[in-house]
This record gives sequence, C-alpha cells and structure tokens, in this order.
Amino acid sequence: MSLHSDLMALWITVKLAAITTLILLLIGTPLAWWLARSQWRFKFLIETVIALPLVLPPTVLGFYLLIMLGPNGPIGGLSESMGGRPLAFTFSGLVIGSVFYSLPFVVQPLQNVFTAIGDNVMEQAATLRAGPLDRFFNVMLPIARPGFLTAAVLGFAHTIGEFGVVLMIGGNIPGETRVVSIAIYDHVESLEYTRAHLLSAGLLLLSFLMLMAVYGLNRRFSVLRS
Amino acid sequence: MSLEVKLNIPRRDFDVNVSLEVTPGQVTAVFGPSGCGKTSLMRAIAGLENTANGDVKMAGEIWQDADFFRPPHQRDVGYVFQDASLFPHLDVYNNLQFGLKRQVSDKRRVSLEQAIDLLALSPLLKRRIDKLSGGEKQRVAIARAVATSPSVLLFDEPLAAVDIPHKQEILRYIQSLHQELDIPMLYVSHAIEEVARLSDNLVLLDKGQQLASGETVDLLSQLNLPFARYEEAAAVVDSEVAGHEQDYGLSLLRFAGGHIRVTRSELALGSRVRVRILARDVSLTLSHPEDSSILNIFPAVVESMVADGTALRLVRLNAGGQIILSRVTAKSADKLGLVPGKYIYAQVKAVSPLV
Repeated sequence: MSLHSDLMALWITVKLAAITTLILLLIGTPLAWWLARSQWRFKFLIETVIALPLVLPPTVLGFYLLIMLGPNGPIGGLSESMGGRPLAFTFSGLVIGSVFYSLPFVVQPLQNVFTAIGDNVMEQAATLRAGPLDRFFNVMLPIARPGFLTAAVLGFAHTIGEFGVVLMIGGNIPGETRVVSIAIYDHVESLEYTRAHLLSAGLLLLSFLMLMAVYGLNRRFSVLRS
Repeated sequence: MSLEVKLNIPRRDFDVNVSLEVTPGQVTAVFGPSGCGKTSLMRAIAGLENTANGDVKMAGEIWQDADFFRPPHQRDVGYVFQDASLFPHLDVYNNLQFGLKRQVSDKRRVSLEQAIDLLALSPLLKRRIDKLSGGEKQRVAIARAVATSPSVLLFDEPLAAVDIPHKQEILRYIQSLHQELDIPMLYVSHAIEEVARLSDNLVLLDKGQQLASGETVDLLSQLNLPFARYEEAAAVVDSEVAGHEQDYGLSLLRFAGGHIRVTRSELALGSRVRVRILARDVSLTLSHPEDSSILNIFPAVVESMVADGTALRLVRLNAGGQIILSRVTAKSADKLGLVPGKYIYAQVKAVSPLV
C-alpha cells in the first residue's frame, strides 16, 4: 500500500463527509423545523428513532443497513431493478449509511436552535409584512446561523470518524469505499505504525481545527445570547 | 379608516367574545386582568390566531370573515409586542427598516426619519440589540411598527417589560404618536393608570366576555363596574390649562365643574390636560371650609353611593357635569347624611396630571 492509497482514502473520507453533510442539512432542516414546531402527540417516537444511532453499536446499524442495501434487501433490490448495482459495498451505500448514522448530530442542534428562537420573532416578522419564505430566509436562518454551523461541523466530523458502519456496509475497497479510519486499522493490523501515525495525527488535527472553528465562530455570532 | 372587529376566539379555558370599533385619531384601550383574553384578541386582529372566527374589517377592507382569512403579513397592522421581539441579527437601524422596506411605496405615509424623531432614536441607530435597555428596546419596537405606516397600531402591554422610571417616558412617546399621527390605536393593558392616561374609549374584558365598553372617562366612574372596587379607584377629568400662579408654581386647569390647581408650572396655556383624581384623595364637607390648607374645593351633588366593604362608602359626585369619586367611611357618610341629591363640597387633596 502506497502513500497514494492513503491520499485516496483521505479524499474518499472528505468526499463522503461533505456529501453526507450536504444531504443531512437538506433533510435535517425541514425535519428539525417540524420537530421544533409540531404539536403532534407521537412526535417523541420520531425523536427516538432519530436519536437511535447515538446509542446503538455501529455494527448493529451497519448490519441492518447491509441487509437493506444488499441485493435481497428493499433498497438494494430497488436499485438493482432500476438497472443499478446493489448498494452494499459501494460509495452510494456508504453515503446512505452515513446519513442515518450522523442524522442526530445534525437534527438535534438544529431542533434546539429552532426551539430556542421561538415563535415570537417569526410572528413579529409576519406583522412587519414578511411572508412565510421571506421570514424563513431573512429571519430564521440568520438567527439560527450558530445552530447550522454546529450541525454542519458535527455532521461532517462524525462522518469522518465512523468505522463500524463503514466496515459493515462498505467493506474495504481501495478507491471506492476505503476511508481513513479503515486505512488506519489496516496499517495497525500490518504493523505499519508510521503510516498509522501519519493518518491518525492528520485526523486528530482536522477534528481539532473543525471543532475550534465551531466554538470560535459561535462566539463571534452569539446573537442569541442577548 | 376605522377598524371594526367582531370576533369569537376559542381557547382551552373559555371563549373570547369581543366586538369593538376603533376610529381614527382615537385610542381604544382593552382592559382586564391577566389571562382574560386581551392578548388573544390582539393576535386575532393581526391574523396570528387562525382559530378565531368572526369579522375583522379595516376601512371597509375585509381582513377576515366567514370564508376569508387574510394572512398576517398582508394585514396593515403595526404590532408592538409585550417583549419588544426585536431581530437579534440586525442593528437598530435595520430593525427599523425591516417592515418599512416591505411596505408598498404608495402606502408609506410615515417616513423613517419621522419614526426615528418621534421616538428619539437617532443616537441609537448603530446600536446592537443586546446593547439596549428594556425601555430602549420598546422604543425601537414602537418605531419599527410605526415606520410601516400601519392602518392601526396594536399595543399589547408594551410596558410590561419596562422598568418603572421608563414607563412614564414611553407613555409620553405613545401620547405624542397619538397627537402627531392620525393612526387609530388599540392598547391592551392590565394597568389602570396607563388606560386612564392614554385612552379615549375603553373595553372592559373579563374571562373573555366584554363586560362594558364606552368612553374611558365615563366607565372609570361607574360604581357598578370593577374599577370602583380598586384601591386606586379614580375619576379622570379632561381639562384645559387656563392660567398660572407663577409665584407659587401652580397651574390653573379649567374643567366642567370649576378650576383645579396643580403643582406644575410648565404646562402650556391652552393645552389639554387629563388629570386623575383618586377617590381616596377626595373628602367631603357640608359647608365651604374657609380655613383649610386644601386648594381644590368645589361644590357637587351626590349622585349615588355604594358600600365598599363594611367600613367604607364610594360616593359618585357630580360637579357641574363632571363626575368625581370619593371614598369616605360609612360612619362619615351617615354623619353627613349623604343621600342622592345632597349638596356638598368636595375637597381634593391631590391631583395627578397625566402628562
């Protein structure tokens, strides 16, 4: 295994985290908005499902995803019947798995910030002639910016760090599903400590920088603290 | 240009039923204890309560009826909430701009400069919202609502979150809005001084039901309404500044029943001043006392009287057409032989001009 394969693994990791974060922000925003505003009696059931990846061993989640995404599973079968491949052991499969796995890390900060903002400013905006979309984009989004930043970085960082789910559904295909955490594991298995060191230190630094950015920026944007 | 409201708002505990009209240049107050449905009513007028049934009409334009509901952002209201609710991501200037920008240009009658002047905000324009005091926040919120040139201004307990010294100041600003702009106002409060000071008309609300409505001056002196039971039961007198006694620092106010002297010298001659006379500050005598330290004494006729507990009587007096309330002990009432029709003199110990 060359340095090239390590760089490849790093690229796949970053690509996976970026795509996952993007999808999560798109799904997570309306979902978190609904959770923050809905009065539905059984809302807690949805909240429970979303929080499951926080407590579930990744191998359990990965196992069920493997079955769902495989050729005989509902999602994998659907993909196959539409002329595609079964999704297990593909990059697309990894994205689907990561979306489930990191969902709570994006939805929860968003839900918290939407709840904290409350209806008042939105109603005030309505009485100041702002229509629903205008209110959302010009009032809710800017006020919720710290929440979005937290959600995006947590979702990204958590996806980078996943191991169990990837191992179960992605396998270890260089150039397609081999991510950094798996590469580190491989290096340690084959006693290549120097390269394990390099990748580990890289991830450590990356995670540190990202979290520092969140805390630093949230301090600057702490508009909610008034 | 008047606002006509006839609404039924279902709530968990009781329904709110109100029918009222606010005419241009008038302040209508909605008064009642906390939780009586005042805020629900305001929200329904603004279109924020989608369970409200009934009719809301502004200057003949239908905002709501049996089969039409205009959403809040299309209703021409200026709504001042209890807790300012300013946008934390914008500075003062951009908060003021928010509604103004969104109002169509041919409906703009109030300019931004005018709104800023009326509430004395020019030193604060660049300020961040979290650097404002409670009173300043509320001034910004009022200016922001005014700057949209609304057809009606809705004030929902705007002084609830303001500390006492600044309450007077903000009341003064609201009074000056009332004088400068021809915008009808609806003012909700559970503080009787605010209502007495600001409003021309009054709607009394209790558990969602409209107990009474009419002119403020009239309702406040009705013995059969809850106001008479308040410790600070008072009559409100509209008067005009008729002169000054400079040497003593007094102003002379003319009203229907005579003249009142107040310890204020700066009131402009000819200006209209509303004063409040608390029932407990009015004592009664049978003859005109010549050796009293009290300055304000006028003849009056007893109109009616009710018991206020066992020891006290609340007396409604007519002083040349102006109603004044007096609270005396039951024992004094008997001693003076107070009955409707009796001629007496009212001695007023303290008068507070509401300016």
